Amino acid sequence: MAKRVLLIEDEPNIIEAICFILSRDGWTVHTHADGTTALERLAAYPPDVVILDVMLPGRSGYDILQDVRHSPQLRHLPVLMLTARGQAKDRELAERLGVDHFMTKPFSNAEVLERVRALAGP
Amino acid sequence: MSGAPRGPVFLARETYGRRRLRDLARMLPLFGAVLILLPLLRGADPAARTGGVLIYLFVLWALLVAVAALLSRRLADESPPRDGAD
Amino acid sequence: MVSFNLLVAVALAYVAFLFLIAFAAERRAEQGRDAWMRSSTIYTLSLSIYCTAWTFYGAVGYAARSGLEYLTIYLGPTLVMVGWWWVLRKLVRIGRTHRITSIADLISSRFGKSTALGVIVTLLAVVGTTPYIALQLQSVTFSFSVFAEAAGREWQGTELTVAGLWVAAGLAIFTILFGTRNLDANERHHGIVIAIAVEAVVKLCALLAVGIFVVWGLAGGVRETLALIDASPIAAWKPSGSRWVALTFVSAAAIICLPRMFQVLVVENSDERHLGTASWAFPLYLFAMSLFVVPIAVVGLDRLPAGANPDLFVLTLPLAERREGLAMLSFLGGLSSATSMVIVATIALATMVSNHIVVPAWLSARSDGAMVSGDVRRVVVMARRLSILGVLALGYLYFRLSGGGAALAAIGLISFTGLVQVLPALIGGIFWRGATRWGAAAGLLTGFAVWAWTLFLPSFGEGNLMSATLMAQGPFGIGWLRPYGLLGLTTLDPVVHAILWSLLLNGAVFFLASILTFPTPLERLQGAQFVNVFEHSPGPRAWSTRSAGAEDLLVMSQRIIGASEAQALFQRAARRQGKEGYLPDVTPAFVEALERELSGSVGAATAHAMIGQITEGASVSVEDLIAVADEAAQIMEYSARLEEKSREQERTARALREANAKLTALSIQKDAFLSQISHELRTPMTSIRSFSELLRDGGIGPEGQARYAGIIHDEALRLTRLLDDLLDLAVLENGQVTLNRQEGRLSDLLDRAIAAAGAEGLAVRRNRAREAAVALETDLDRLAQVFINLIANVGKYCAAPRPELRIEVLEVGGRTAVDFIDNGSGIAPEDTELIFEKFSRLTDQGTAGGAGLGLAICREIMARLGGAIGYQPGRGGAAFRVTLPAREALAAE
Repeated sequence: MAKRVLLIEDEPNIIEAICFILSRDGWTVHTHADGTTALERLAAYPPDVVILDVMLPGRSGYDILQDVRHSPQLRHLPVLMLTARGQAKDRELAERLGVDHFMTKPFSNAEVLERVRALAGP
Repeated sequence: MSGAPRGPVFLARETYGRRRLRDLARMLPLFGAVLILLPLLRGADPAARTGGVLIYLFVLWALLVAVAALLSRRLADESPPRDGAD
Repeated sequence: MVSFNLLVAVALAYVAFLFLIAFAAERRAEQGRDAWMRSSTIYTLSLSIYCTAWTFYGAVGYAARSGLEYLTIYLGPTLVMVGWWWVLRKLVRIGRTHRITSIADLISSRFGKSTALGVIVTLLAVVGTTPYIALQLQSVTFSFSVFAEAAGREWQGTELTVAGLWVAAGLAIFTILFGTRNLDANERHHGIVIAIAVEAVVKLCALLAVGIFVVWGLAGGVRETLALIDASPIAAWKPSGSRWVALTFVSAAAIICLPRMFQVLVVENSDERHLGTASWAFPLYLFAMSLFVVPIAVVGLDRLPAGANPDLFVLTLPLAERREGLAMLSFLGGLSSATSMVIVATIALATMVSNHIVVPAWLSARSDGAMVSGDVRRVVVMARRLSILGVLALGYLYFRLSGGGAALAAIGLISFTGLVQVLPALIGGIFWRGATRWGAAAGLLTGFAVWAWTLFLPSFGEGNLMSATLMAQGPFGIGWLRPYGLLGLTTLDPVVHAILWSLLLNGAVFFLASILTFPTPLERLQGAQFVNVFEHSPGPRAWSTRSAGAEDLLVMSQRIIGASEAQALFQRAARRQGKEGYLPDVTPAFVEALERELSGSVGAATAHAMIGQITEGASVSVEDLIAVADEAAQIMEYSARLEEKSREQERTARALREANAKLTALSIQKDAFLSQISHELRTPMTSIRSFSELLRDGGIGPEGQARYAGIIHDEALRLTRLLDDLLDLAVLENGQVTLNRQEGRLSDLLDRAIAAAGAEGLAVRRNRAREAAVALETDLDRLAQVFINLIANVGKYCAAPRPELRIEVLEVGGRTAVDFIDNGSGIAPEDTELIFEKFSRLTDQGTAGGAGLGLAICREIMARLGGAIGYQPGRGGAAFRVTLPAREALAAE
């Protein structure tokens, strides 16, 4: 059975790109563009990997990550974080909050794919 | 209560002018008082006419009003008065 | 002929009209729309209650009897007004700083908040004002009787007294209604003040009208009038030196000391600057009121029968000449003069009686001492109402007793002389720190007694209160105690005699008792604050009580424990409260801590007393301030030097702190900006990189290839736009932009902008004719950029199913403005502040939106052009107002 990725991102073109790359590799990709309801979506449908953008409408990716790590149900969920704010302190903050991997935009397609595979595990 | 010296000894021209304006405002009623008493000196003079005194007093009065109006306009232009010299 | 009923109807209608005005003014004041009521014009007009019926009717009678002497009554106040810089300015400042409610309050407050002094001044004021109120009742009653007589019905004594009673009752109702409606902390009465201002205008117009009629209508011109004067009995008048000086002095003093004048001058003053205007405008008013007095007197003496009462010439002259309309106006003028004086005088007296006699008595009568604030208010209002009734009743009683016989001028002078007994205590109190309560009380009582003995009691008429033998030979045959000949000075005029002796003895006793007694600590403190009011009080503008309290405490603490320590202490306290700066809120905890700190330097009792003085303000009951004055002097010497040193350090430190704060703020801003730019640039870059990799790696059908190439192209354009905007903004912000002035019509510019904005499906509603009327002279390309941005925003963000944009042209404050209003959901109020900031895109709709720089650019452009752009809440949808630059704005650059 195909593994599931939930992509939480609001830029349509980036969504299209990531969906294409992952589906071509055999993943089932769900997308969600709103920060406020992202956590409910996660809880209702826990995927195998989450790709999380930082700048989301309504609620920031950091907040969502923090809640994920505090939720008994979701705390072990692998999270790949993407951000266009490429400063060192952004990375530090994400790591402190318990991100599994942090990537700055623009990313290389191959790297995203590789990271998602790695995070999903065997 | 406040004994600390404030302000420099020499004042800018503008400040100086304002102080003199206040001095004028202080002196105005004294001048007025003296001038109001002048008809008394003429009282003994048999040639003094009541009509003349009447006109003199009203002209004096009008002058006082005019000078006071000028002064109050000029004094009102200043920022709130805070001189400790009173 | 004016029927008497018509006259009563007119009088009632006039009073009803005043009611309406007063009521409307109160309503407006309640709604906060009372700025115009606090104008200097209203203030000056309210001072005109100095001109009572004594002026309106009495001045003519006075002139007919004593020549030009009547002028002293108006020249004296003129001198005080033009000399406002001396006394009035100080009184008003003290009144505002210490929230003085009456002249009794001022005296009591100055001399250590002495209850006894308050009572003495209040009693003096009541006794001194009573004849004056009687005078007003008398003149109104007389003026009624003149009309009754003209209508063919001579009034008898009972009719006069009944009419007097009605007048008194009417005045009581009016005063109670508007004088005790609310208990303002500042004792200001808007309704009354406006009604009085109207009455001031009416009485001036009335007297001028009669004067003009007399000079040009009856005498035949100015020259003829002067000739008449020289031919009249007035020409024989020779000024009496003593009376001239004494009356000028007394009336000058009266304008400060009369309770009603103190009320309007000091208590009702809402802005110190009004005093400057009144300093010349009020003398001008007096000038106008006095101008025609002699002509009216002379023509009256000339034309009216020999026995006619000159006090009523102002009425009887027009009536005799069958000018009923003028007579009616004159009657209203007299009514205005009388009523306005009675109303204000009664309010002033009622305030004094209730604050200084009734309420203290009530408080001390309550054994428990605990009180609810609402309780006191009710008592105060009730006390005022009863006092108003009482004062008017007394006035009526005097009117009945004196039989309405004495000439108006005589009564007025009796009253003046009694009331100016406050003068030594008042002037001494605000200019001389050495004045004590014992001095004030002894002086007041002496002056009061001498006045009563030499002027007031004899005024009831020989044989009424003082027997003829007593008047002629003195009490028990002691000749030098004769009321009109104290110490054998029998040659003087009785009024001058009374003025001389009462004020001389009053002043002497005040001075001697002051230097022989020792003031209480509270007295010394109050004395210093009153005498040096300009150093202690804040400027004439409004100030916040709370921060002033903290500041006062800081000033005092600096003097005691040194500047830097005190500042550090206050700063710590402020920081603990979460505030910046040196002024913490004056909480009980803070005061307690401060007191402890201060007691280390000056001892516990002193610290407690000093802090109590500042934090509790009015309600100090501390008797242990004894050492304060001397200690404070030494401390001040010491701390003045310390202060000088630490001030320099303080300045440097503050400059450094400020620079640091500015740098931090700048760097935070720059950080956020960079972070935003990074995000805005990287987002399109991400798509471009990702899709170009996909294309490069191949394996995508032709349809996909075209689509992905399209996305790359769009995102590249988005990047370019963003860079353009950033550059544009940078140029605008740095002010390097060169403006290119062109002329054009608003309508053409909007056509261009709508076409360029390319918002398909957007319905635009405009009034092209109105737009065409607006000629523009500015950088049209830049202005078009703003319009395009606004129109394009509607296309992008307006969520309505059928987006619609209204463009309206209007005039706002002399400038032309263009409103852009859409029918969408608008912008949340909390966001309206943000939208003009850089990168403030509110809803992220992906590529539809720009980077959020558009409105920031618009704002910069409008600022450069000398116009403005702002968001208008509550207009249905999102609404932006572009205020066009004034036509000269660009030319001026």
